[in-house]
Order: sequence, then structure tokens, then C-alpha cells
Amino acid sequence: MTDALSQYSVLSLYSAMAVYAIAFVLFTIDLAGKTTEGKISARFQRIAYALTWVGFALQLTAGILRGVAAHRVPWANMYEFAMTGTLIITGVFLVANLKWNLRFVGTFTTGLVLILLGLAATRYYVEVVPLPPALQSYWLVIHVFVATLGTGFFSLGFSLSVLQLLQQRREVAVHDGKKTRLTGLVKLPDAVALENYAYRLIIIGFIFWTFTLIAGAIWAEKAWGRYWGWDTKEVWTFIIWTIYAGYIHARATRGWRGTRSAVLALVGFGAVMFNFTIVNIFFKGLHAYSGL
Amino acid sequence: MSRPSDHFDSAEPVAPAVNPKLSIAGYGRWLWSLLTSMRTALVLLLFLAIAAIPGSLFPQHSSDPNGVTQYFADNKDLAPILDKFQLFDVYSSVWFSAIYILLFISLIGCVIPRTKHHFDALRARPPRTPVRLERLPGFDEREFGGVDAEVALASAARVLKSQRYRVERYDRDGAITISAERGYMRETGNLVFHFALLGVLIAVGFGSGFGYSGQRVIVEGQGFSNTLLAYDSFNPGRFFTPTELEPYSLTLDKFTTTYEQKNLNAIGQPTDYLANVTAQLRDEKPFATTIKVNEPLRIAGTDVYLLGNGYAPVVTVRNPAGKVIFHDAVPFLPQDKNLTSLGVVKLPDGLPKQVGMIGFFYPTVQDSHGGMKVSVYPDLVDPLLTFNIYVGDLGLNEGVPRSIYALDTSKLTKLTGINTTLESLEMKPGQSATMPNGLGTVTLDKVVRYASLDVHHDPTQGWVLFFALAALGGLLTSLFIPRRRVWVSVAPTKNKKILVEYAALARGDDPTLVAGVQAIIAAHIRDLGLTCD
Ligand code: HEM
Repeated sequence: MTDALSQYSVLSLYSAMAVYAIAFVLFTIDLAGKTTEGKISARFQRIAYALTWVGFALQLTAGILRGVAAHRVPWANMYEFAMTGTLIITGVFLVANLKWNLRFVGTFTTGLVLILLGLAATRYYVEVVPLPPALQSYWLVIHVFVATLGTGFFSLGFSLSVLQLLQQRREVAVHDGKKTRLTGLVKLPDAVALENYAYRLIIIGFIFWTFTLIAGAIWAEKAWGRYWGWDTKEVWTFIIWTIYAGYIHARATRGWRGTRSAVLALVGFGAVMFNFTIVNIFFKGLHAYSGL
Repeated sequence: MSRPSDHFDSAEPVAPAVNPKLSIAGYGRWLWSLLTSMRTALVLLLFLAIAAIPGSLFPQHSSDPNGVTQYFADNKDLAPILDKFQLFDVYSSVWFSAIYILLFISLIGCVIPRTKHHFDALRARPPRTPVRLERLPGFDEREFGGVDAEVALASAARVLKSQRYRVERYDRDGAITISAERGYMRETGNLVFHFALLGVLIAVGFGSGFGYSGQRVIVEGQGFSNTLLAYDSFNPGRFFTPTELEPYSLTLDKFTTTYEQKNLNAIGQPTDYLANVTAQLRDEKPFATTIKVNEPLRIAGTDVYLLGNGYAPVVTVRNPAGKVIFHDAVPFLPQDKNLTSLGVVKLPDGLPKQVGMIGFFYPTVQDSHGGMKVSVYPDLVDPLLTFNIYVGDLGLNEGVPRSIYALDTSKLTKLTGINTTLESLEMKPGQSATMPNGLGTVTLDKVVRYASLDVHHDPTQGWVLFFALAALGGLLTSLFIPRRRVWVSVAPTKNKKILVEYAALARGDDPTLVAGVQAIIAAHIRDLGLTCD
């Protein structure tokens, strides 16, 4: 039973990846395309966006099946965490699009999700096993879920910051009358608008991250007997928090708004990804729950 | 000055940043304003992030003392140099401390003037209505017929008050106006947030000073009381006094581990640890309770955590005359996930020579190739204990503290096991074995379990949590409550109607400003009893 369900889960996940891959290609064609050909590319974007919803549904199914197979939330080891984390990244992208039109970041979202899922499926896969006693806590549900939510918002903020920097370059080039290969960005909002979107998403991510930090400390107190001990994972959670606090200050500091704060957003997300991949696998610490 | 002069919303500074001919006081002021500027805070934050990194690259004394020892053993040349730069104590190092102390001084210097300014702002009246509203964000206008100007203005004031704006009336030639402001909570939240961070820092500092933590291994059937002597190891805070130890006692009645038996991918994986204990506070009745991973026992101001566990074979040693010279439950340290465990028995007295025994315990034994034994399952299915016997000098008289888990074999001769002619002693529960050279016999009476408990007392951890949550609350308020000024101006028109102008101004990031003005207009029209067009 467990085995059959987790097989279906894997199948569903692979289908989601295939769909995301098509969406990624279409999003990219759209982003790179020139406005003059806007008609075709706009249609590509619409199809890609719809496909992302399909992929999301398939991935959600994969997650639910995995959870049912394991009789618990599907985020207790690296593989499951990658699966649920990317689901939420996509989810945040889709939901944000209900409010604002941010489809143009689809390339980044689907691209990132594909890389992470590829890594998870090929390198991190583990069979369903019961939870070790240290993970048997409702804090697993809260702490980890909120951390992935934070990551979802940071990832969208990251994509917008990348676009902001590119847009900035294009705007400067146009202003100076120089040629630029970034013409595809003409149809996007200007750099300032992109920065404002990025900021709004990142502060939401930051709130979730702050909560993750506090919840992690509460859990650590119960499970390990101290709320903070500079364990490697705690160190990196702190580093990420501090970088994003820096980002928020940068936004409010004259001379740091714009390019510099965007660079901080990239560094911050770099740290998030580093924490998730390198730290989980290669660094020694109490958070040895990758299941690998 | 409310915010640092380099805050995005502050006016551009006009004077040059530093005047070369400054007095000492002037120089001090310059330094202070430099330290409390946004840019400095930002740079210090980024430094703090960078400075934290080495602590994850090198093992730290605080979290991984064995790792440090190992690192020193593996990198004999490099380690002392790294140590000089405090890279094994990053978070208490001079450089890390310097960064966060500077940051917090900067923080204090930044928030105190802001707090004062904010108190003034809370009591001040909303500012005078600007003359040319049409230049402001969110500007819009409506023309109404058949409505008195005063009535329209009063209605606008009502609408704004219902949205928690503070409203002030200003009239000028040709127009009556109101000026309104809301969202003071934004700045309040921001200040609460920054003060709460300060609170966290102070509470953490005090907690580590007055608290203590102690570790104790206890075997099923044994107890211990919360006194200094009872601990195997004890780490007091800087200001600790033994009177802080609340007297109580704990007895480990039973320790149970549950192993996965169905899931083929995880056979033998522990799924639950449960310590049944009897606790007794001074002058009170004993009561039964439990300690589990994730469910510490909170007792007498301390928290008792279950950190580790293992097997403790109960061993009896008799001399050749049959007299018992040793009888105890000996905690063995687990070496792998199937709990092959390693333990040591030291017999300084009672035999002609000092004897040491190094034992391996296999809960479920199996022969592997080359005559080695392994444990293949962590529960007690087919337990076996083996001992190798050493005679000579145990090195106990040199005044050096010796670990109870290690035997210093430098002055001992090995009698049994690999590289000797004799087999190791082997015994199942209830069995005895004879030591070589007529030294006597060893009996494995039974096997019990032990738990290692960690007892903590941290008087300020509740405060840390309080401040952390206050910070979170402050953050939510300061990031999501918009701070806005709204103006409504009413003026008669030539065709006997009235023209109402609306405008707003945000302080800080405010994505819904324009929508907010539109909502006010709609509410105003409704309040006036007109319909929206
Ligand atoms: C431990 C050091 C600090 C941390 C972790 C920190 C963190 C933060 C965070 C997370 C925010 C955004 C949330 C909010 O608006 O309440 C913020 C805002 C702010 N901080 Fe700090 N801060 C620190 C030190 C400072 C210092 C030293 C200053 C003054 C130089 C400062 C000035 C400000 C200001 C003015 C804002 C409002 C930004 C705006 O107007 O958007 N902070 N801080």
C-alpha cells in the first residue's frame, strides 16, 4: 500500500516536471521575444501560465500521495522538503499572479523549480520511512512549512530583482542611446516598479522567515534542550535573516535603493539556496535529517 | 531629527559631512552621527552576516567540542593558528562581539531620538493642508450639486474618523479643508521591533549568566538528586551560585525504545523513546511522570531533557575465592545504529594486580567474516557481552581525571583477544566466564537500559521568547500598517455646486495608497446620500 502510493507519487512528480519543462521553454521564448512579435509570444506566455497551473496540480497530487503513504506531512527529509518547497514556490508565483500580472517571472520560477526537483528526484530520493523521535512534533508541521513559505516569497523576490537589474541596464543603455540586447524587457514594468514588487514579496518572506527563526528556537528548546546553540543550520538561518534585514535597511537608505539593494536580494536568496543544498548535505550539525 | 539623515525619506543633507577644523566635541558628534546612520547600521548588519559564516565551517567549542578536538588532531599546524583568531569560538569572539555591540549601540543611538520624535508626533496636529492638492499622489476630484459645503466637509471628516484618521480643520481663502493622518502604529511598531531586539540581546545575556546545565547518566532503577555532586558534568553560568539548585530527585523506573517492525525500508529504526520516571520535590509526595524527546519534564524551575540512551550490562566480578569485588550496571556507549556498544570496567582493588576490561555489547549478535561480531538489530534479541582483559597499572593514581568510558592501556598488558593467545571472554545474560591467569570470574547478570539526561535552568528564556514575539508583532505592524496623510478640500464652483478635492501622501512604502483614496471617495459619496457615478 505504502509502496504503491509512493510510486504513484513519484510518477505524478515526474509528470509535473515534464509539464514545467514545457512551460519553462514557452516562458523563456516569451521573455526573450521582441515586442513587435508580441502577439505570438503573448500567446506563449498564456499557455505557459496555464501549464504551470497543470504542473502545480500534478505536483500537489504527488505531495499528497507521499503524505498519505507516510501518514504524515510530506516534508520530513530532503527529498520531501524539496518537493513541498518547490510546490510552494510555484504556488506563491501562481497566487501572486492572481493579484498582479507577474507572469513574466515564470521563466525563473519554473527554471528554479525544475533544477531543484531534478536534484531532489535524482540525488535526494529516499523511500518512505517513519519519523525519528526528534521529528515527532507539531513544530515540524509549523516550522518547516513556514520556512518553505518564506522561501517561496524570497524566490519570487529574487526573480524580480534579477529582472530589475536587467531592466536597469536596459534603461541606462536606452538613455545613453546605446544598443542593448535586452529589448525583450521593453514590455515589462520599469525597474522601479519591479523593485517595488520585489520589495513587497521579500518583506512577506522576511516575516515568515522571522517566524521560522522563532519557531525553530522554540522547537530546539523542546527537542535539544536549548533554544539557540549556533548549530550550522541555526547559523545559516541567522545569516539569511540578517542579509534580508540588510536588504530592508538598504531600501530605506539613500544611495542604496535600486541596484545595491537588488544585489542584496540576490545574495540573500543565494544564501537560502546554499542553506538548503550545501549546508544540508555537507555541513555537520544537529539538523541531520536529510535522510541521506 | 527623527530618522537618520541618510534615511531615504529624510531631506538631503546640505552641509559637508565633516568639517576639517572640528573641535573634540564636534568630532564626537560627527562620530556619533556616523555610527547612528542608516548606512552604518546596514554595513554592520552585513558584517554580522559575514562574520557568522566561519562558525559553520569550523567546529565550535560551544556546539561540538569533540569536533574541535578532532580538528586539532587532524590539523596539527593549522588548528592553533585558527584558534588564535578564535575561529573555534566565533560567537563569543572579540570580533563577532565587537560587531554586534557596535550594531546595538548604533541601534540605541538611532531609536532613542526617533522615539522622542514619535511621541511628539503622536501629540501633534495633522499638518496644514497644502495649497495645490492636484500635485499629490492619489489626487482626485468630484463635483456635487445640492450639497452644502459645510455638510460635505463634515461628512468627509466623519468618513475619515471612521477609518481611524486623526482629523484637523484648516480653512483658507476660497476653500474649507480638512487634513487627516493615520498609521502612527507603523512607527510605533518599528520602534517596538528595534527595542525588542535589544530586549532579546539583554535577556540572552542574563540567561547565560545565571543559568546552569548539567548532564547525568542514569540506569534503570537508579535515581539522582539535583545537587552539584550528582552530575557527571556541570556547566554553570558566570553568576551561578549553588543555591540556585532546587532540591528534587528523579528515579528512572523504566526506559523503553520502540522499533519499527513493519516498514521494510526502516526495520529497526527507533520510532519512540520513553523514560518512565518518579520525581520527588522536597517535602512532597513522589509522583510518576515521563520524559520523551520533544517532551521534556519541567520541574522545579528546571527542564529535564532526554538526550541519549543505551544499554548498561549489569556485571559482577568475583575474585578466585568467590568474593564479589565489583557489582554494577555499566553504561556502554552505542557505536552504530544497531547499538553495538563499547564500555569499560576498571578494577583497581580486590585482585593481586589492577585489572581493566574493555567490553563490547551486541544486543543481537551475529558472526561476520573474519571472526568479527556485529549487532544486526538494536533490540535485545540475542544479546552477547565480550570482554578483553588487561592487567597492570590503570593510571588512576596520577590525579588526572579519567573518563569512565575509556581505558588508558599504555601501562597495561593485554591478556585476551586479538594479538594474544587467548579468546575474549563471552557471556550471555545469566552466564559467567573465567578470567585468565586465575584472576577470577565475570558474570553478566542481566542487561538494563540507561538514559542520559540533560538538566537546564535558564531563568530568562521566557523573556527571550516574549521579546522575540514582540519583535515579530512590531515587524508586522510596521511593515503592513500604512502611514498616510489625506486631505479633503471643499470649494464652491461658479455654477452653484461644490468641488471636492481629495489627495493623499504616503510615508514609507504604501502600495495601496491610490486605492485607499478611491475608497474614501466612495465612502464619502455614500455618506452624503448620493450615488456613485
Ligand atoms: C540589530 C540591528 C538591527 C536589525 C536586526 C534591524 C532590523 C530591521 C528590520 C527587520 C526592519 C524592517 C521592519 C520595520 O520597519 O520595523 C528595520 C527597519 C528600520 N530600521 Fe532597523 N535594524 C537594526 C538596526 C537599526 C539601526 C542601528 C538603525 C538606525 C541607524 C535602524 C533603523 C531602521 C529604520 C529607520 C527602519 C525603517 C525603515 C523604513 O523606513 O522602511 N535599524 N530594521
